[in-house]
Amino acid sequence: MSIGAGNRKERLLRQIWLHKEVYLLFLPVFLWFAIFKYAPMYGLTIAFKDYKILLGVFDSEWVGFDNFSRMFLNPAFPAALVNTLIISALKLLFCFPIPIIFAVLLDEMRTRLFKKVVQTTSYLPHFISWAVAAGMVGTLLNRTVGPVAAIVRAFGGTPQNYMNDPEYFRLILVVSDIWKGMGWSAIIYIAAIAGVDGQLHEAATIDGANRFQRVIHVTLPGIRSIIAIQLILAVGNILNSNFDQVYMMVSATTQKVGETLDYFVYRVGINTANNFPIGTAAGLFKNIIGFVLIILTNQISHKLTDGEGIW
Amino acid sequence: MQGIRKHFRHWGTFDYVNTLLMLIIMLVMLYPFWYVIMASFSSMAHVQTHGVLLYPDGLRLAAYRQIFTHNLIPGAYKNTIFITVAGTAISMALTIVGAYCLSVKTLPGRTALTLYVVFTMWFGGGLVPTFLVVNSLGLVDSLWALILPGAISAYNMILMRNFFQNVPNDLYEAAEIDGITRMGYLVRVLLPLSTASIATISLFYAVGYWNSYFNSVIYIRSMDKWTMQMLLHQMLKGSTELTNALYDNQAEINELADETMKCAMIVITITPILIVYPFIQKYFVKGVMVGSLKG
Repeated sequence: MSIGAGNRKERLLRQIWLHKEVYLLFLPVFLWFAIFKYAPMYGLTIAFKDYKILLGVFDSEWVGFDNFSRMFLNPAFPAALVNTLIISALKLLFCFPIPIIFAVLLDEMRTRLFKKVVQTTSYLPHFISWAVAAGMVGTLLNRTVGPVAAIVRAFGGTPQNYMNDPEYFRLILVVSDIWKGMGWSAIIYIAAIAGVDGQLHEAATIDGANRFQRVIHVTLPGIRSIIAIQLILAVGNILNSNFDQVYMMVSATTQKVGETLDYFVYRVGINTANNFPIGTAAGLFKNIIGFVLIILTNQISHKLTDGEGIW
Repeated sequence: MQGIRKHFRHWGTFDYVNTLLMLIIMLVMLYPFWYVIMASFSSMAHVQTHGVLLYPDGLRLAAYRQIFTHNLIPGAYKNTIFITVAGTAISMALTIVGAYCLSVKTLPGRTALTLYVVFTMWFGGGLVPTFLVVNSLGLVDSLWALILPGAISAYNMILMRNFFQNVPNDLYEAAEIDGITRMGYLVRVLLPLSTASIATISLFYAVGYWNSYFNSVIYIRSMDKWTMQMLLHQMLKGSTELTNALYDNQAEINELADETMKCAMIVITITPILIVYPFIQKYFVKGVMVGSLKG
C-alpha cells in the first residue's frame, strides 16, 4: 500500500513539474486575485472591529457585533433596505417583462431590414455610462428648458422639478432603466425566439391559429425556460439595485426614497461619515444575503436546464 | 415598385400597428441623443423657446468654446484614452493567460484554481475593504487606481476559458513534439485561432474603461487626473471646483447656459462610442449569446 501511495505521490509531483510553466504563467493572475479580491475579503473583519487607521486592520480591537447593532439602530439602514426591495420589485415588475414583449413584437415584424435597424437602435443606450445617461435624463427633464416641461406646459400642466422630487424619483429610475436596458436584455430572447422550430408555427397556422394564438402557444412556450432562468437570476440580484444609476441620480431631496443598500455603504463608509466599520458591516450584510441568493438561484436554474422533466 | 406592393399585400392591421410601435420605440431610443447634440449647437434662447428640440439654430460653438477655455478637457480626454488603452491591454493579457491556464485539462489543481477565480463572482469584500487595500498600496490619486483594481473580470476569464477548452488538445500535443513552450503555443497557435473571441472581450473591457467613473469618484483627488466621465459627473453634481475652473469671472455663471454646456460635454464624451458603435455592436451581441447560452 505504501508503495502505491508513493507511486501516486511521485506521479502527481511529476505532473506538477511537467506543468511548471503553466503555474508560472498563472502566478500574476493568482496574485491579482489575492490582492484585489481576497485581501478585501480579509478586510471584512473590520466589520467586527473597532477600526483605528493607525493600528490597521489586523491590530484593531475585536468588538463582536457592536457595529452591526449600531448599523441597525441607524434609521437610514432599514430605510435603505426597504428602498432597495421596493426599487428592485418595481424593476422586476416592469424592466423584466418589457424586453420579452419587445422581442416578441420585433419577431413579428415582416420587414427584415427594418427589424435589424430597430434592434440595433434599441441597444445603443446600453453603450453609454450612467453618468452620461443621467446627464441626458436631467437635461430632458429640466424644468425650465427641457422638452418634457414643454410638453407638460402644452397640456396645461405646471412642470415640476422632477429629478429632485421624491414623488417622481422611483418612476424616473424605472423608466430610465427601461430606456437604457430594454434592447440589451432583449437580445437573448430574440435569439431564443429565432431558435424556435419554424415547423411548429406552420403546423399551428394549418390548425387555424391566428398570430396572437401562435405567440401564446408556440413562441412563448418555446422560450419559457430562458425566461425562467433570467427571472431566477434577476431575483438572485434583488439586493443589487443598480448602484451606478442610483448614485448618479439621487440627491439630498430624493435620498429618503432613493437610498439603496449600496448607496448607504458608499455614503456612510466612504463619502460623508468615513465610518469604515459601519460601511463594511452593511456591505457584508448585503454580500452574505446576496451570496446565499446566488447559490440558491444557480441551483434552481441548473435544475431547470438539466432536468427537462420539470416543465 | 412591384416588389414593394407585393410585400405590403399580406399586411394586416396588426402589422401596421406593430410597425408604428417599433418606429416609436426607435424614436424614443434615439431622441435623447438627438436632443443633446442639437442643444449643444444651439443658443440657449432657441433651446428654451422650442422645448421639444428638433434642429439647432445654426451651428453655434459657444458651449464648446466655453468648456474648452481651460485645458481640463484635453487632459481628461488624454486620461480617458490612457486608461482605456493601457487598461484593455493589461486586462486582456491577464485574462488570456489566466483563461489558458484554467483550460489546460491535465493541470493538477485545476478545479481548485477555477474555484479560486469563480468564487469572487459570488462573494467579495465590497466597497470599503477594497478602498482600504487600494489605499494601502499607495494607489490613491493615481491613474493606476482606475485600472488595476478592476483589471480582471472573472466572468470574461471563464468565457475565454470555455472558448479555449473547445480547441482540441491534439493541437498542443502536436506542437509539443516540435518543442514548443506553453507560452509559444498560446501566442502562436491558440491566439490566431481565437481572434473573434479576443475582439469581443477586448471590446467589453474597452467600453467598460471608457465608461467607468465611479473608481475616479473614490480614488482620484486632483483635477488633472480626471477622466471625461468624471468631468461630466462633476458637472452634473454641480461641483464648485469645476465651476471655478470653467469660469474666470463668477458673474458669467448662468444656470441656463449650463444646459448647453452639459450637452456639449455629453456629446464629446460619447462621440467616440457613437463612431465605433456600428462596427462593434455585432461583437457585443455575439458575446452576450456565448455568455448566456453556454454559461
